[in-house]
Amino acid sequence: MIVVLTLITALVGAILGSVYQLTAEPIALANAKAQEEAIREVAPQFDNNPIAESDTIISNGLEIVVYPAKLGGVATGAAVKAPTKSGFNGEIVVMVGFEKDGTIREYRVLSHGETPGLGAKMEQWFRTDKNRQSILGKNPANTDMSVTKDGGEIDAITASTITSRAFLQAIKTAYAAYMQESVDAVSGSSTQTDAISGSTTQTDAVSGSTINNNNGEEVTNE
Amino acid sequence: MNKLKIILNGIITENPTFVLLLGMCPTLGTTSSAINGMSMGLATMFVLMCSNVVISAVKDVIPDKVRIPSFVVIIAAFVTVLQLCMQAYLPELYKSLGLFIPLIVVNCIILGRAEAFAAKHNPFDSLLDGIGIGLGFTLALTLLGGVRELLGTGKIFNLTIFPEEYGALAFVLAPGAFIALGLLIAFVNKLKTK
Repeated sequence: MIVVLTLITALVGAILGSVYQLTAEPIALANAKAQEEAIREVAPQFDNNPIAESDTIISNGLEIVVYPAKLGGVATGAAVKAPTKSGFNGEIVVMVGFEKDGTIREYRVLSHGETPGLGAKMEQWFRTDKNRQSILGKNPANTDMSVTKDGGEIDAITASTITSRAFLQAIKTAYAAYMQESVDAVSGSSTQTDAISGSTTQTDAVSGSTINNNNGEEVTNE
Repeated sequence: MNKLKIILNGIITENPTFVLLLGMCPTLGTTSSAINGMSMGLATMFVLMCSNVVISAVKDVIPDKVRIPSFVVIIAAFVTVLQLCMQAYLPELYKSLGLFIPLIVVNCIILGRAEAFAAKHNPFDSLLDGIGIGLGFTLALTLLGGVRELLGTGKIFNLTIFPEEYGALAFVLAPGAFIALGLLIAFVNKLKTK
């Protein structure tokens, strides 16, 4: 009895081990591809490797990842992955693409648990050019990224104000991280500083945050 | 037993969802759209076929006392293989069904068929039973998913039938799953008594 059960579990363990080995690489590839596709969809044109050059910022317990986009070595903007915990039903993770000056280029909702047919509409809602719904082409530096109900300039999803607030919160977090990132990146090179100054006002949101570069190096902008 | 009868038995006479009322958790959870229901049904069918064949093949060497743990280990192995393969080769599908795949292990249809059928029949008949029950489950889930998707959003398989504004959103949410399933079972029972 014990022998049979042991044999079965040992055999099954061996099979699972080999299947895991076989699929480990395709799974890693599929994940990396999905991530790269999300970056490519939102970020400005780039020819660098944003995943290898990404920075992880920890702010208020949230993990924000900035993927810098560079074309010919010149920064063109970034894709920023930012989560928020204030969703109606758990965490919402968005990937936002910024132009160099912080204008929102494009966004994708990577994962969420919002109600289908209500909060889940955020995938389309904030890109629809109707009334004041769309956030595309707007710069958080001169647009109040809050729902109109809270005195902001963005129309909330009908019947899903909580989701809308959370979504815009994630956008603001991403913007603050991107701005801090570009300020830090520029601090070494004096030539670029002027272009960024004046847009540093938002960095307060991520004050007290730490920056880890994936390569363990200081970020510099050549 | 007639081979065709085994398959039809699973689809109609002993349909796991509408007649046996087994595996309600994935039934209610994954049928928010026709395509999700169908994918879940097919995934379950794959596991059911494999586990039925293997269990039927090894049933004579497994002592009665450790029958259930052995069956569960075999089923869990197939589910894990399915999960890893899906993650590797069908990442999109895995994203929408991911949460429910591990739950196939505890789906009582699979253990139920292992106990009630595979443990008493030869591997080939067990395979047919797996196909029959699997198809029955897939059809039921697709039907339920289709009804919920149509009533909730006005679409079936993402094809618009009527504008979304006229949909009753509740049908996409959890309460609608219970209501739609109850009505479908009543409908099937009505057809059967005729």
